[in-house]
Amino acid sequence: MIWDWFIHIHPVAQALIRVLLIVLPILILVPGMIWWERRLLSWMQDRIGPNRVATLTLKNGKKISFWGLLQPIADGVKLFLKEDITPAAADKAIYFIAPALALFPAFALSGTLPWGPIKELTPIADVNIGVLYVMAISSLGVYGVVLAGYSGNNKYSLMGGLRASAQLISYELAMGMSLACMVLATGSLRMTDMVKDQEGPLLGLANVPVVNAIQNWHAFTPFGFISMVIFMVCMVAETNRAPFDLPEAENELIAGYHTEYSSMKFAVFFMGEYAAMFTFAGVLSVVFFGGYHMLPIRWEFLSGTNPQFASLIGFFRGMDYWLAPIWFLTKCVVFLSAFIWLRATLPRLRYDQLMSLGWKSLLPAALANFLVVTTWIFCNQMYGPVAGLGSVLVGALVILGIYRGVKKVYPSPVYEDRTITLVDPAKAAG
Amino acid sequence: MLEGFSLPFPITPQLGVFALLASIAAIASVGVVFFQDAIRSALCLVINFFVLAFLYFSLNAEMLGITQIVVYTGAIMVLFLFVIMLLALGSQKLVKEKLDPKKFIGLGLGVVMAGAVASQIVLPLAKITAIRAPDKFGSPQAIGYTLMSQYVYPFEIASVLLMVGIVGSILLAKRRI
Repeated sequence: MIWDWFIHIHPVAQALIRVLLIVLPILILVPGMIWWERRLLSWMQDRIGPNRVATLTLKNGKKISFWGLLQPIADGVKLFLKEDITPAAADKAIYFIAPALALFPAFALSGTLPWGPIKELTPIADVNIGVLYVMAISSLGVYGVVLAGYSGNNKYSLMGGLRASAQLISYELAMGMSLACMVLATGSLRMTDMVKDQEGPLLGLANVPVVNAIQNWHAFTPFGFISMVIFMVCMVAETNRAPFDLPEAENELIAGYHTEYSSMKFAVFFMGEYAAMFTFAGVLSVVFFGGYHMLPIRWEFLSGTNPQFASLIGFFRGMDYWLAPIWFLTKCVVFLSAFIWLRATLPRLRYDQLMSLGWKSLLPAALANFLVVTTWIFCNQMYGPVAGLGSVLVGALVILGIYRGVKKVYPSPVYEDRTITLVDPAKAAG
Repeated sequence: MLEGFSLPFPITPQLGVFALLASIAAIASVGVVFFQDAIRSALCLVINFFVLAFLYFSLNAEMLGITQIVVYTGAIMVLFLFVIMLLALGSQKLVKEKLDPKKFIGLGLGVVMAGAVASQIVLPLAKITAIRAPDKFGSPQAIGYTLMSQYVYPFEIASVLLMVGIVGSILLAKRRI
């Protein structure tokens, strides 16, 4: 193999190369993500957005526009050169380390992400606790926000920090339960095992014609789909993005936990948020969307059943194997765009809505899903995949019935119906 | 000057890692006691718990280490910080007493405590020669299997106990259910 030279160098150097191979791309991609967010958001809101920086003016007066690609660089330079103000009443030491603590989990989260099929290069550490590692590191994310809110000695900051800690703790539970469902379905906590499990036929249905050519991406299984939705909602809440950006709600808290931060310290918070978005998108694609695979199609199975297309399928297999990082990156960019889309679409939640969504909707849904997964595993292993799929449907129906019954006994309160007419349509027409 | 001098044990990378982590943990735990500011004490405890997890990692007990981070660093200490911030516990202005008998009694009791702990753990520790745990020791599979076979009754009773605790706290906290 061409990677043989790699295993002969010093293990410490190997580890360093593995770290650089994931941290450097994230660092390089962060400005691109900021540019992409601003452009996509402006397009969705019918604006133009930043399009001036990186426009070349030729000698003959002709202008070549690069869509404002260098705008984040200009912003970065501006942030570097701004005056760094430290509040006089701040707790200096904690004020100083809080941005670093906010940045650390965003990068550390990528420690167990496999971005390609080559075992020597990725992931950084293929430990037996990959999913738990994600949970552990994302739970550390709260420290940066809370300490930043505390140390600035500003009541708005403190409120932002308190909100952030309550929000992150609440949504971690549902996120842990949704990941636990997938751990059960896979039977391993290892991230590479998770990708490998998704290479098999869908739901283990190896004898059903068309279905057996589809890879078992967890997002395509019924329980996996529910888990994925819960994980996506929790992911948005964990990264403090809209519509869950209550810790920095500007109309209530100025800027929340980073009110007192300026210049580079603010830029570090900003960078941490985007890096965390990227790594969470990576976790989503590894756990639910087949990791680094191009399409959910089992190429080697197809080449066995359709020998006449062997060369075409071989080409696709080569694409799947050699361009794996590109497919991984593509999935991440798609999920990042979903983040931005959410921000453009949804208004910010109220605090009680946030808490009731986390505790009363997502956590019970994840727990019910957990029961369905265990039923599926039992029936799948005892009576085969078809019975397993049937048990999923029966289990879902039973849980739906229980839910409807509980709703009938304890109906949800009927709220007063209010409408506000800003302009009377009858008068406006006339 | 150092010619005749030799350590009773070889200096290995393992030992260097242990020395680094253990010294950080020890300094942090001293900080927990000596800082007057409640939030700094809590932060020192966070550092202590976090570094302790890395000590477990270096001993091949990854599951134990990550549980340490999830439970202590990620959950319990965040709640500690939450409460400290909510009550706004700043550094207290203590009245300095010249001769506080509590200090000396506390010191004496501390020495007795250290002696009692050491008498129990030094002898068993001296017999251990392996530096790390065997490879599969404490893996998630092994822990799950042991919990669900050998210790299934204590495990279930503990989970019922937790359930009772949760229901009880809801009953206490809510006036009207």
